[in-house]
Amino acid sequence: MKQFWTSMLRSPSGVIGLIILLLAISIAVFGPLLFPNSPWRMVQRPFLPPFTLSTVPLGTDALGRDVFAGMIFGARVSLLVGLISTLAALVVGIPIGAMAGYFGGKVDDALMRFTEFFQTIPSFALAIVLVAILQPSIYSIVASIAVVSWPPVARLVRGEVLSLRTREYVQAAVVTGQSHSWIILREILPNALSPVIVLASLMVATAILLESSLSFLGLGDPNLISWGYMVGAGRTVIRQAWWITVFPGVAILISVLGLNLIGEGLNDALNPRLSREGR
Amino acid sequence: MLSFVAQRVLKGVIVLLAIVVLNFFLIRLAPGDPAVVMAGEAGASDQIFVQQLREKFGLDKPLPEQLFIYVKGIATLDLGFSFRQQAPVAKLIAERLPATLLLTLTAFAISLALGVLFGTFAAGFAGTFLDTGITIFALIFYATPIFWVALMGILLFSVTVDWLPSFGYETVGANLPGFAHVIDVAKHLIMPAMTLGLFFMATYTRMTRASMLEVKRLDFVKTARAKGLSDSVIQRRHVLRNALLPVVTLAGVHAGTLIGGAVITETVFAWPGIGRLMYDALLQRDYNLLLGVFVTCSVMVLIFNLITDLVYRLVDPRIEFAS
Repeated sequence: MKQFWTSMLRSPSGVIGLIILLLAISIAVFGPLLFPNSPWRMVQRPFLPPFTLSTVPLGTDALGRDVFAGMIFGARVSLLVGLISTLAALVVGIPIGAMAGYFGGKVDDALMRFTEFFQTIPSFALAIVLVAILQPSIYSIVASIAVVSWPPVARLVRGEVLSLRTREYVQAAVVTGQSHSWIILREILPNALSPVIVLASLMVATAILLESSLSFLGLGDPNLISWGYMVGAGRTVIRQAWWITVFPGVAILISVLGLNLIGEGLNDALNPRLSREGR
Repeated sequence: MLSFVAQRVLKGVIVLLAIVVLNFFLIRLAPGDPAVVMAGEAGASDQIFVQQLREKFGLDKPLPEQLFIYVKGIATLDLGFSFRQQAPVAKLIAERLPATLLLTLTAFAISLALGVLFGTFAAGFAGTFLDTGITIFALIFYATPIFWVALMGILLFSVTVDWLPSFGYETVGANLPGFAHVIDVAKHLIMPAMTLGLFFMATYTRMTRASMLEVKRLDFVKTARAKGLSDSVIQRRHVLRNALLPVVTLAGVHAGTLIGGAVITETVFAWPGIGRLMYDALLQRDYNLLLGVFVTCSVMVLIFNLITDLVYRLVDPRIEFAS
């Protein structure tokens, strides 16, 4: 564990990514406590330019709502949706991949055809259709992002399990009469986790992008403010008020960038051999 | 080769069939009785009309039979009727398809060309200032939502400096003849295609760079160098050719994302393609049209995947022996 942190902190992208993520998390957790301005309430005249009033540092939108408050509350939605939908995708993808890799043969064939099917469907289009049909809410958004993002997990886990299955310590567990589920859960999966963790960090980034795109199209949860929604709402007035679209977009960009950097840092730290070869 | 194509086409047809079945059940997931919804969309919801609709679309029949009717309809390119637009879904999509193909293919060409170029440069000058610059550039565009790039493009090139039109496919009412019309469309195409292309350019840049650095260390490159070939020949003929294989795979994987990006890009730039049509269907909760566009997108992805499979086979003759 200690070794992991030292190598993680040695990679510059990992450090920058960690700083960005910690910042984003603390904004999401503590921001709304420090800035209790509701992002939905009218606080000033509409189209107040940024940097004119210290109480509304980033100006107001077309309805006189505080852009800064929206950004802070939006951090919650983005991070929450990103994390939970990734977890949900892992919950679906890991068992499918593990079973396909462990049992092989017909089980593998069937599960992989199923996975390929989901991988062929255009993911964003499917997400749009699912959210539209299930009605936009935080649950339907999380569910649809999970539905479109689990296939890579299943494929990755399958590949890892396939190579681990033939190892001697796994064979030893088989000989001692352990059950399949015990072997998969206790012997194989813990050793297959590091590439999954790298993939997961990148998936959170993709999920944030997906959520913002859905919200941008008007498919966000109508009760929760999110960065994508803010950009979408500011789109029609971009000629008069650039700040409504610029700031939330920067927030998305920075968070996604941070998570991608963490992914690279994790990759360097967890697969040191791989990263050295890559240089 | 022929049997390979036939095999892939067969596989594609099976996947397509599965997507159609999925679509059928998605329609039934939509809120409300479809007949009542349709009647509402048509603007008349009395009992007799609803019953007529039920009979017309076979909604009073058992589910497996309904599924059969639905699949048969799609096989004959009948994607249903859009009551909001008062036109068959297939006709609406056929009208919009060329614009989407123009946009996505242009964006794909731009992203692939620039991505491979930048990736090659970055790998060729690995560790230098140029490499770092290209890597950071790619990292940023890889993290930027497409809709935001689109809006920033409009802000920059249409609002701040009035260089490019911010919406549409051609200048409305201009009726330009021949070549002037082509130029006009091209002008309208630049921003949407660049917007859509930049994200994928970033992915191809990263992929090309990583893959070239990996291939460079292989033994055959050493052999080529030992034979006394010049650096540029090794880069082009030996390294790049092999490094492009994962890029081709990536292009296939990204076909679906490209279509998804087109929905966003077309929405922002009011580009009259099927992505914009999907957005309109979404706003009006026109489920028939929405799912029709979804099936069309899936077919496009399947065709694109088939093409990348074939290209892969052409550029990597080893696969022939393996199979």
